[in-house]
Amino acid sequence: MAAAEFDIPEVKETIEVPKLHEGVMAHVKSFPAPKPVQDFMGYPHELVEDWKERAIDKMGDLLGKYRSLKVFLDACVHCGACTDKCHYYLGTSDPKNMPVARQDLMRQVYRRYFTTAGKLFPKLVGAKDLTKDTLNEWYNYYHQCSECRRCSVFCPYGIDTAEITMAGREILNHVGIGQKYSNEILGKVQKIGNNLGLPGPALEDTLAGLEEDIEADTGVPVKMPIDVRGAEVLLVTPSADFFSEPHVESLIGYAKVFHAAGVSWTLSSHASEAGNFGLFNGNYETMRKVAMRIRDAALDLGVKRIVVGECGHAWRVAYSFWNTLTGIGYGGNDPFSIELQKQLDHNYPQPQHICELTNDLIDQGKIQVDPSANDDLVVTYHDSCNVARASRMGDLPGGQFVIPRDLIKKVANNFHNMADDTIYESTFCCGGGGGLLTDDLMEVRVKGALPRVTALNAVVQEHGVNFMATICAICKAQFTKVLPKYGFDMSMVGGIHQLVSKAIKLDVPEQAD
Amino acid sequence: MVFAGMFYIATLLLVAGLAYKIFDYSRTPAPLVIPTTPAPTTQKGVVYRMAKEVVLFESLFKSNKWIWIFGWLFHFGMLLVLVRHLRYFVTPIPEWLVFIQPFGKYASIMMVVGLGGLLARRFLVDRVRYISTPSDYLMLVLLLGIGLSGMLTTFVVHTDIVALKQFFMGLMVFDIQPVPEDPIILAHLTMVALLMVIFPISKLLHAPGVFFSPTRNQADNPREHRHVAAWAARLDQNN
Repeated sequence: MAAAEFDIPEVKETIEVPKLHEGVMAHVKSFPAPKPVQDFMGYPHELVEDWKERAIDKMGDLLGKYRSLKVFLDACVHCGACTDKCHYYLGTSDPKNMPVARQDLMRQVYRRYFTTAGKLFPKLVGAKDLTKDTLNEWYNYYHQCSECRRCSVFCPYGIDTAEITMAGREILNHVGIGQKYSNEILGKVQKIGNNLGLPGPALEDTLAGLEEDIEADTGVPVKMPIDVRGAEVLLVTPSADFFSEPHVESLIGYAKVFHAAGVSWTLSSHASEAGNFGLFNGNYETMRKVAMRIRDAALDLGVKRIVVGECGHAWRVAYSFWNTLTGIGYGGNDPFSIELQKQLDHNYPQPQHICELTNDLIDQGKIQVDPSANDDLVVTYHDSCNVARASRMGDLPGGQFVIPRDLIKKVANNFHNMADDTIYESTFCCGGGGGLLTDDLMEVRVKGALPRVTALNAVVQEHGVNFMATICAICKAQFTKVLPKYGFDMSMVGGIHQLVSKAIKLDVPEQAD
Repeated sequence: MVFAGMFYIATLLLVAGLAYKIFDYSRTPAPLVIPTTPAPTTQKGVVYRMAKEVVLFESLFKSNKWIWIFGWLFHFGMLLVLVRHLRYFVTPIPEWLVFIQPFGKYASIMMVVGLGGLLARRFLVDRVRYISTPSDYLMLVLLLGIGLSGMLTTFVVHTDIVALKQFFMGLMVFDIQPVPEDPIILAHLTMVALLMVIFPISKLLHAPGVFFSPTRNQADNPREHRHVAAWAARLDQNN
């Protein structure tokens, strides 16, 4: 059944803060997960009888394990600084999409059952009972949050609504309400190895086809190795890179970089997914299980470096969490960590982002590029939320803004940033992240994209920008789908390594007989 | 007598309540490295970031200049006011405390203006009105009440300040002295006691809470340093 029709918002000259309209997005409901999907995850598939006790229990459990949840639910003073910062509020005007109000859906219940004031004087402090309506509201509005952390930049205490959303989804799953999209993907990555459910042989076949294409195109036999023991680099990249457009252009770019630099590398069929949807649902054990596949592959293949391709939330998990979850990194002095650390090359950060790698190689003169190959493009760069607000590249804070831009400028001559208050740490989420990249949430995705589209439109008008580079597989998929609805061409979206692929100088081999 | 009891209870609830919450925050683990980036990569950098937040309200400044100006005026005004009140608890009064007396008194204007602005926002801005609970309005009214009654008694209707100091000095050594009978000062003291009691069970917990906020108090060095909570480390042993 097609989702209901909705109006595409009008793109104005500036991003306006709308007056609130209650309930305008109250009808949104992402397809719930069916029984087999929930079963695999270990969750009930329909609302359990003792849903109230279970939900409150789970909340208590999470409050005891996550300082973020406890502090954030206590510290909010309802100042309203965050209310005009979320792209979903700006695009929909539904007040429950204001970060504070989204948190309050849980805070009201927290106060009722876990605080003195809420137990004694609920109406005074806005404490509310947990009802089935509450659960429906949670399911609705915790799937209108892409966990992009923009709100946490602007909150005086750094309250991060994403932490609440993650807890909300985890509680919902525990009482039998799961989202089909995310939970199905989590099933596929654990059973098969990647979010798309591409089995090993299909993957090998795809890669072989790409090798043929590259050689036909460039005359150079650039390889896409998989499961090669003893390779120096294990590349873990989002599975969309294997056959979505424009993602695959970046994959080709990575392969060309490794070829030109003479670095031996490999993909892994066991770890054929950088993405980790365990992040979105707030389940530590699941996120860890998915991440462990990379550790297992690294140990099995005996690689010295682990590099991550162009993926936003994957880079957050890789950079911020892999060391914690899987020991990929340095500084651990327990047997679990040491087992992996001792085989890694300490000359490089682990894991490393492909942009860090390529940028370094160009700086060191180990690969050559000709930016005039991209002279037909006027490029801008969209900072993906997880990269911007939940990671770093290089040695200095903010490297995640500088390194991708430096790399773009090396491979393209024409570059313009979008407005300052829409990039860097204030970047606007593409609107499709955090488990929302599904057709049943199209209205949320389109409206959530409005602020970014507004900023993009401004540089298109003013500077003739015709290409928006981004290093996130979800951003690429979201923009190629949503930009055309606003009248833009989907081919203006692509990865940085797509630009690298055009500009890189590969040696054409002598004619072999 | 009643007021002595009121302050002993209020102090006990404030101190015990805060101690409990701070203990609770400190023993709740933060299992993942989640500072809002860009973030400092060292502990020293974190101290500097936290100082900028607490002294200058850095994130709020980025966010909304109105809330920042009213919020900062209120907090800074209140700080000066509170510090100058130390004179009621020490004898002899050190020179620096004598020096800041006029600053502390006129800072009450900053405090009341700040509070007034914040209260006005709750009525005038639709987004803030939507999220405001009765306790949000009442908290501002309580603080305004304390500020205004204090200003009344400092600038307009003076109280028996000598007796008041004797009352508080006596409280500290459990030697109960009479409290001045004037209604304005009694209202002021009652409201202050109420504020103390509700402090650890209200959103005023943002005061200790900010120091425990993982998005601000963590260093961004997860690749270089392995951060793992005790409960999560147990999972490593199964692998």
